[in-house]
Amino acid sequence: MKNHSLATLGRFRRKRTLGRVWESMIPKFLLACALVSVLTTLGIVGTLLKETISFFTKVSLFDYITGTKWTALFNEAQQSFGVLPLIAGTLLVTGIAALVAIPIGLASAIYLSEYANPKVRKVVKPILEVLAGVPTIVYGFFALTFITPLLRTILPDMGVFNAVSAGIVVGIMIIPLIASLSEDAMSAVPRSIREAAYAMGCTKLEVALKVVVPAALSGIIASFVLGLSRAIGETMIVTIAAGATPRMTLDPTDSIQTMTSFIVQAATGDHSFGSIAYGAIYAVGMTLFIFTLLMNLLAQYISRRFKEEY
Amino acid sequence: MMSQATMSRYVIQVENLDVFYGEKQALDKIQMSIEENTVVALIGPSGCGKSTFLRALNRMNDMIPSVRINGAITMHDENIYDKSIDVEMLRKEVGMVFQAPNPFPKSIYDNVAYGPRVHGEKNRKVLDEIVERSLRQAALWDEVKDRLKDRATGLSGGQQQRLCIARTLAVEPEIILMDEPTSALDPISTAKIEELIQELKRKFTIIIVTHNMQQAARISDRTAFFLSGELVEEDQTDHLFSNPHDQRTEDYITGRFG
Amino acid sequence: MSAEKAIVHHQRGKPTPPDLSLVEKRESSHFGFRRWKNRCAHAIFLLSTMVGVFVLGALLWDVVEEGWAWVTPDFFNNFASRLPEQAGIKAAFWGTLWVIGLTIPLTFILGIGTAIYLEEYARKNRFTRFIQLNISNLAGVPSIVFGILGLTLFVRLAGLGKTVVAGSLTMTLLILPIVIVAAREAISSVPNNLRFASFAMGATQWQTIRRVVLPYSMPGILTGVILALSRAIGETAPLLMIGAVSFIAFTPGYALDAFTVMPIQIYNWVSQPQAEFQHLAAAGILILLAMLLSMNAFAVFLRNRFARKDR
Repeated sequence: MKNHSLATLGRFRRKRTLGRVWESMIPKFLLACALVSVLTTLGIVGTLLKETISFFTKVSLFDYITGTKWTALFNEAQQSFGVLPLIAGTLLVTGIAALVAIPIGLASAIYLSEYANPKVRKVVKPILEVLAGVPTIVYGFFALTFITPLLRTILPDMGVFNAVSAGIVVGIMIIPLIASLSEDAMSAVPRSIREAAYAMGCTKLEVALKVVVPAALSGIIASFVLGLSRAIGETMIVTIAAGATPRMTLDPTDSIQTMTSFIVQAATGDHSFGSIAYGAIYAVGMTLFIFTLLMNLLAQYISRRFKEEY
Repeated sequence: MMSQATMSRYVIQVENLDVFYGEKQALDKIQMSIEENTVVALIGPSGCGKSTFLRALNRMNDMIPSVRINGAITMHDENIYDKSIDVEMLRKEVGMVFQAPNPFPKSIYDNVAYGPRVHGEKNRKVLDEIVERSLRQAALWDEVKDRLKDRATGLSGGQQQRLCIARTLAVEPEIILMDEPTSALDPISTAKIEELIQELKRKFTIIIVTHNMQQAARISDRTAFFLSGELVEEDQTDHLFSNPHDQRTEDYITGRFG
Repeated sequence: MSAEKAIVHHQRGKPTPPDLSLVEKRESSHFGFRRWKNRCAHAIFLLSTMVGVFVLGALLWDVVEEGWAWVTPDFFNNFASRLPEQAGIKAAFWGTLWVIGLTIPLTFILGIGTAIYLEEYARKNRFTRFIQLNISNLAGVPSIVFGILGLTLFVRLAGLGKTVVAGSLTMTLLILPIVIVAAREAISSVPNNLRFASFAMGATQWQTIRRVVLPYSMPGILTGVILALSRAIGETAPLLMIGAVSFIAFTPGYALDAFTVMPIQIYNWVSQPQAEFQHLAAAGILILLAMLLSMNAFAVFLRNRFARKDR
């Protein structure tokens, strides 16, 4: 008996084996993988910040923020770096997109969540998913070769490149996003709340608008904000269909330029690295980044802060 | 020498075991010794700490981030909570069967071979032998020998639980912990598992948590009654049920609470 | 919150609380009007939902009408050209395959690695929350900003130049958040009792992950990876930024070659004023959509193939 216990002494003692070493390496390697996305953020902020700061040693920040003339790609004598026209162009397109996407997206969400029977949902949801997966270059082509000609049959004086065509298509692009996020928010409203309203004789419409939508409001608004953030950052549709004319305008039939399409224009032209025009890519990129980041944070804040507790 | 011999009949010795979940104390100064080749039943109302105690024996509590443990559990003259202990080696010796059957979504064969493979066994012949032996020990071989390649999740609940027992036996543990192994099963499957436990105690030490006092009385040699994190009484099963020392034990087994 | 309280709660702040309790007492004409309103709204909601369907139809019709006749064997075998009749998509097609081919292993390792770390190893502390917040914000960064990053970091700083590798690295960072989110969801769907069963037999954490967690969650992970890759295939802006050239008369031979990809070739054609180039663009889009569709179909196939009863 004593021998038995002696023989097994140290049975559970840890031994240094290859497997042990391997086992302890793995979490370190995986942590390194996880850090890549942190480094990506740092890389984005770092590169944007560095070049933007050096840009603003040459261009006054005040002129950049308040200037209404953007001629960054002209020769040096005529260069002017007022970002407002690019922001105006971006907001014009985003506004048009919002007019298209918010009502249609919300209505689709209400339909899918409150009205549609499972069969219809089974058909419509994948179609919306496909729509969400269509590359933006294809949307750009669609804007230029379908929507613009269509609009020009109504408004013959409108130019080939215009804000409204791009805005409409950007709106179409974000419909699936708004619809699916809003629908998620509405589906999360417990059935008991709906049933209580139905039991009082409410129609589906009344239940949807007076019970479900208010209950899911934070999620719905968050989806709007996220959709608009996506619209602000959208590049190819506006590059193809909205033109390249930075201008302060509220006329949707005008050709305009957004922040994103300026970045493409400047990067695909032959401006040498280190020139002011090149630096403008980073300054505008930073502006765009701040816009979208703030909107994403806002969306997260709304959906967390006003989360309904059922 | 005599005392040495009797000492080593205890495969597990628990001394002053405290377990905390965060601020909440789940076990308070538990003292208990468990002999080899016995069946020990742990009984008590929900939340009394019996499952926590069971999980302390193979250090499954370690998975809960806020857990804190004081005291010692000795197996083979080693404190299993010592820093130098290899938890994987410990768990190989102290197997566990869970409340609800939890076979992997793999074939029956791969389920039983899982443990040996994890511990480095690659030889197909050896694995075949282990699988057959374990399934026979778990009284499942005849029912599944023609469909070892089928998915384990297609078995009935009782078969799944016996498969889980076979899976545990495959790594040749010394002690088997069972956490209410029959609570999700029908009476016939339960009877089969109870029968199996009687068979297994010849080779293994079995510690079983049960909600069911009749079950404890039927299958165990010794019974421990837990209440609010305390080990109230531990005795030979027939003594504990017929002649409890503590009033609380009597109240519980006569159904006055819990 | 009880149902009644919830309704009261939701009416708070509204100018005119709807008199729900009076419904039964009102005369039928009022009820009829409400029913009529409901029916109108139903129609409007349905129509709105159908907008998506119509647009998809119009879009496909537009592309097929413009491009179908131009999808010929020559289109696959020719390189880009000044002359529309001789222009083809060969360089772009192979360029896309190259970029995606390099992106797959990178995303797979980094994406799944991160997901495993966050789900299986990381403690729920501040640092972990920071990583999660970071990932969800990264998912909202416009793709063109990733292009700026790729241009600065890979093309210039790392000296990779305008090459396939630089393109793949940029694409990897771009789709990483999507892959991570999908992989985390798949991994967290693995029931804990399977992990416990594995641990209880003395398996180590990594053995448990490799033998139980990953096999169980792989279909979900693969679906996510494929969907992310189909996003990468259609991305134009970041690769435009890092300077993938559109006038290339060769297919990449190795990873440090210059390259172009299909969306850039399409963009190049769209930007040409002549109508013939629009047809080429449409033809290119058809090929691109066909690739995307088959990838999506594969993802759906995977999802159904592995959606077994026991999951």
